[in-house]
Amino acid sequence: MHLPRPRGPISEAVVEVVRGGRAEIPSVTDIRSEDAQIALWTVYELAYRGFGDASPDAERDLELLRWRHHAEDLLEAELRDLTRAAVDEARAAAATVEGRLRALVDAGPSTPLARHLQRRATREQVLAYLVERSVYHLKESDPQAFVLGRVDGPAKVALGELLYDEYGGGRPERLHSHLYAEALEACGLDATYGAYIDQVEAPTLLSNNVMSLFAMQRRLRGASLGHLAAFEATSTDPCRRIAVGIERVGLPDAAAAYFHEHVEADAVHEQVVMGDICGAAVAAEPAIEDDLLLGAATCLIIDAEASQALYDAITAPAPELAGAGR
Amino acid sequence: MSSGAPDAGRAGGREAGRDPVRVRVCPDGPLLLRGADEVMDADGRAHPVTRPVVAVCVCGGTARAPWCDGTHALLNKRRAANNS
Ligand code: FES
Ligand SMILES: [Fe+2]
Ligand SMILES: [Fe+2]
Repeated sequence: MHLPRPRGPISEAVVEVVRGGRAEIPSVTDIRSEDAQIALWTVYELAYRGFGDASPDAERDLELLRWRHHAEDLLEAELRDLTRAAVDEARAAAATVEGRLRALVDAGPSTPLARHLQRRATREQVLAYLVERSVYHLKESDPQAFVLGRVDGPAKVALGELLYDEYGGGRPERLHSHLYAEALEACGLDATYGAYIDQVEAPTLLSNNVMSLFAMQRRLRGASLGHLAAFEATSTDPCRRIAVGIERVGLPDAAAAYFHEHVEADAVHEQVVMGDICGAAVAAEPAIEDDLLLGAATCLIIDAEASQALYDAITAPAPELAGAGR
Repeated sequence: MSSGAPDAGRAGGREAGRDPVRVRVCPDGPLLLRGADEVMDADGRAHPVTRPVVAVCVCGGTARAPWCDGTHALLNKRRAANNS
């Protein structure tokens, strides 16, 4: 993959430094801006597949680390503010971590996106959905894999079990990111990792970045597990609807297959993460429970924002004129 | 459940040389099965287990029997709404 298209002065400087040049990266004033989000996504990507045109040592560049620290502090503060009310409510609603996670999920925001894809979306709208989600699904579970080395005992065993399933259960052809690539290819889309990064919107970048924020710092391991819990617990219903939508608009079986697999797999993962991972992790380290709830609430709120934004974009009556500032 | 060694030390659901099948009951949800080889559905058809853990539907609402497809959550919600 090549470095993404800068979307403003921050990402321009970040790309320049990642490439091996010198620049002082500007401070962030709006952490939700697409400029800040693509910049943060770029810095995080150095720890995943990286970029063919990055300097080999960019991952340890002090200017990038300094800027990431600053951006992450802003993002974390924003997320703690955003989730406080939901977390307080969940804490009052139940006494166990599983009960609190369930309370969060039950009270979580919903959006019309999955229903729209199921019942009314055009083929083009379904394809737009597949493109937008490719940023995550082509590296599916990779953020959560960072956490495996930071937990121990029964929580590690259960997380390992979940990840083994995400990673194909010993069969490369069942690797979930590979199933997604096959879905894209079957639809005539580009399945190359990162192919669509230059066209996805800020809310999608944010939903990816919060996973990396929680995954990259050991301190936030609880948030990463909580995020995973909410993610898995809100997956089967939309996946079932999207599979129906894909079949309704006549896209190939390989595209629906990814979603059928996730109805079945995530029905399992939801139980494993709620009952076997999170409970055990908190039993071993009670201090991480607050962050677990932070992570779960973040997933619910931020992913709903991304879904709503995507729904708004694909159902907008008149397509925005190209060249209007981008 | 089956293994390559018929009748080899079957006792209390265990066979010699392999871990016991473990079943966990999920509150208001499916049964989680670890270590099983196949699950027989209500029509007597055997479904091979192809993942490390499987969730077997016990609510009767799934469209992917014998596996849980998450439908129990909708049924639980409906039931809770009817009871209030
Ligand atoms: S137990 Fe989950 S669908 Fe029946
Ligand atoms: Fe998956
Ligand atoms: Fe999953």
